[in-house]
Amino acid sequence: MMLRDGEKGKGYRVVDVSLGRAAKIRLEALGMTNGTTVLIMNKKHNGSMVVKVRGTRFAFGAGITGAVAVEEKGES
Amino acid sequence: MGEELQVGFVGNPNCGKTTLFNAYTGARLKVANWPGVTVEKKEGAMKYHDHVFKLVDLPGIYSLTSYTMEEKLTRQYILESDVDVIIDVADASALERNLYLTLQLIELGKPVILALNMMDIVEERGMEIDMHRLPEMLGIPVIPVSARRRTGLDILMHAVAHHKDKRKDNNLEHHHPEKEASRHRHEHHEEYTVVYNDEIEDKIDAIILRLRSEGKIKSKNYRWYAIKLLEMDEEITAECGLDFSDIIDRSYESDIINQKYDFIEEIVEECLVNKNKKAEATDKIDKWLTGNVTGIPCFLLIMAVVFFFTFTIGDWLKGYFEAALDQVNAAVSGGLEALGAGEMLRSLIVDGIISGVGGVLTFLPNIFILFLALALLEDSGYMSRVAYVMDSLMGKLGLSGRAFIPMILGFGCTVPAVMASRALEDPKDRRRTVLVTPFMSCSARLPVYVLFADMFFGRAAMPVAFSMYVIGMAVAVLVAFLLHKADHSGGMNPLLIELPEYKTPNARTIAIYVWDKVKDYLTKAGTTIFVASIFIWFLLNFGMQGMTQDMSESFGAAIGRVLAPLLAPAGLGMWQIALALISGLAAKEVVVSSFAVLFGIANINSPEGMAGLTGILSGYGFGALNAYSLMIFCLLYVPCIATLAMIHRELKSWKWTGVSIVLQLGCAWLVSTLVFQIGSLFL
Repeated sequence: MMLRDGEKGKGYRVVDVSLGRAAKIRLEALGMTNGTTVLIMNKKHNGSMVVKVRGTRFAFGAGITGAVAVEEKGES
Repeated sequence: MGEELQVGFVGNPNCGKTTLFNAYTGARLKVANWPGVTVEKKEGAMKYHDHVFKLVDLPGIYSLTSYTMEEKLTRQYILESDVDVIIDVADASALERNLYLTLQLIELGKPVILALNMMDIVEERGMEIDMHRLPEMLGIPVIPVSARRRTGLDILMHAVAHHKDKRKDNNLEHHHPEKEASRHRHEHHEEYTVVYNDEIEDKIDAIILRLRSEGKIKSKNYRWYAIKLLEMDEEITAECGLDFSDIIDRSYESDIINQKYDFIEEIVEECLVNKNKKAEATDKIDKWLTGNVTGIPCFLLIMAVVFFFTFTIGDWLKGYFEAALDQVNAAVSGGLEALGAGEMLRSLIVDGIISGVGGVLTFLPNIFILFLALALLEDSGYMSRVAYVMDSLMGKLGLSGRAFIPMILGFGCTVPAVMASRALEDPKDRRRTVLVTPFMSCSARLPVYVLFADMFFGRAAMPVAFSMYVIGMAVAVLVAFLLHKADHSGGMNPLLIELPEYKTPNARTIAIYVWDKVKDYLTKAGTTIFVASIFIWFLLNFGMQGMTQDMSESFGAAIGRVLAPLLAPAGLGMWQIALALISGLAAKEVVVSSFAVLFGIANINSPEGMAGLTGILSGYGFGALNAYSLMIFCLLYVPCIATLAMIHRELKSWKWTGVSIVLQLGCAWLVSTLVFQIGSLFL
């Protein structure tokens, strides 16, 4: 599943980032490496989200949340 | 006297780096731009015992790749300048992410000191950091500081003075339980902070061997070059000019990042006690401020409060400024007469300089409050939330929510706002943002609204002035939408912005920020507006026959008469107005000072001055509707020469700078004409 399909309040594990090289590296440098837990704090209809990654909050647009493949973590 | 040391401040955005830098240097800053680009570079100096430290504040960055201008510059600065010590400022409350940059800095091979900032927040949250183990694992000194409470500042500089020569510390101690079998364990873990897996370490060794034998690079830091080559860094690959295709079969960039984060996880595991113990206040506030239903109303409310204060408190303070200006005017006028100064000199000083510059200065309180409010919003951490809150709306215009920040900053001053558009990655996004930002009403336009709204709208003055901000935003939104449609560039929404923790704004940071802007305004009054006032005075008092008593025979009148017919459909067909608008290109406040000079009003902002001007203008048939049309024209036409220069610098294209000018003049004429013509039908 993609991050944008995730539910508010749940945690997900990053499996793959399918963006161009520069954007992918930027996300990874911010700590969104494979296996990292992403907690969805807030979500809008258009796919934009507020997420928490390694203790830092980020706002991501739909272009990013739709390109990050994740799997459910079970507990959050 | 000891030697001079150059100290570079590096850190993530929002880590409190600038607050720390300001704590050392105060407002005694030299702000310059990097040669050729408009990324700010701040320098300050301080004395520490026998040493003179030259401090350089580098742009806030998350990593040292070469994908953004800021990162490239910082990397270049560290590699090529004579920096002696790097202070890596890290937000201790977000240690995990901040350490990534730290590891990259350590690999660059210059002396690094980690300043753990925001230790007060860490304590508030009941977290603890093992200050013994952390430096051990990183191999660099770690100094806890709080820039806001100004603690640890001396110890940090003490560390700088001592650490400058140490290229290597031998106190690295790691345990990598699952990596016991590594071939590189013994030699490398004692030498380097970050050790990669065998595959990468083997390749690094092989690359170093070849770099050494070829001797093509200047630096001795072969390991860093090898890592960058493995990451397929374009700049470094080009610099080396060697073929490594037998060793580097693909980009190892993601592997290297992942392994750095693996190491960071080890550090956090060992050094951070009581992670996330307390529920954070930020999450509670964000429920409201970024909530799907409450976000936009909260934003509108906050902006309404900002403008309410700007107008009410600003206007109240302005009263005192006017009274002072009146006294200065009377004193100077009397003094000059007593000294027997010639009429021409008296006219130049009283009618030209004092009414021009003084008139603009009386608006200082409004501008001060507006910038104070913007500084509070920025420093508290709210500004980046606006990007998220406005994201859906901006998405419909084909812009990222991030484009809203330059637009909001445009309420302060268009020049830095245009500069702030640099944060947008997509060049088309950036161009559209640069084109619409000037429509956001900057503080220099405020004097025009305040004056004309007060003169012609009495009690309704405040809503009338506020409507300018709404119209400006509406035009910006409409133009952005049309440009988006014309561009056919659909596609994804790449919004990516950190939402920092909310914090109580720091008085010192705010004071420095606001003083900076006030200083700019005063400087502008003293230079641009001073010169423009004299120039306008000259244009109005001299004509073909030399100095003239009748302004309508002056050079200015001649120029104004040529343009007046063009402005007639907008209800602005007077040569005086045409001339005032031209002079407004120097700076928008000049429109007000020009009116003062053109109509010979001494203290244009005082009740008497306004009554005088209203009387004169009414004589020309200039009423409330004309005044409103004039305000709209001032809102939308070219903000000032400085803005144009900045637009050109940012877009690097004469064509698009030209498009921007035509767009602004076109919109100004069109909207003010529409308002005047439609309004005339009803009034």
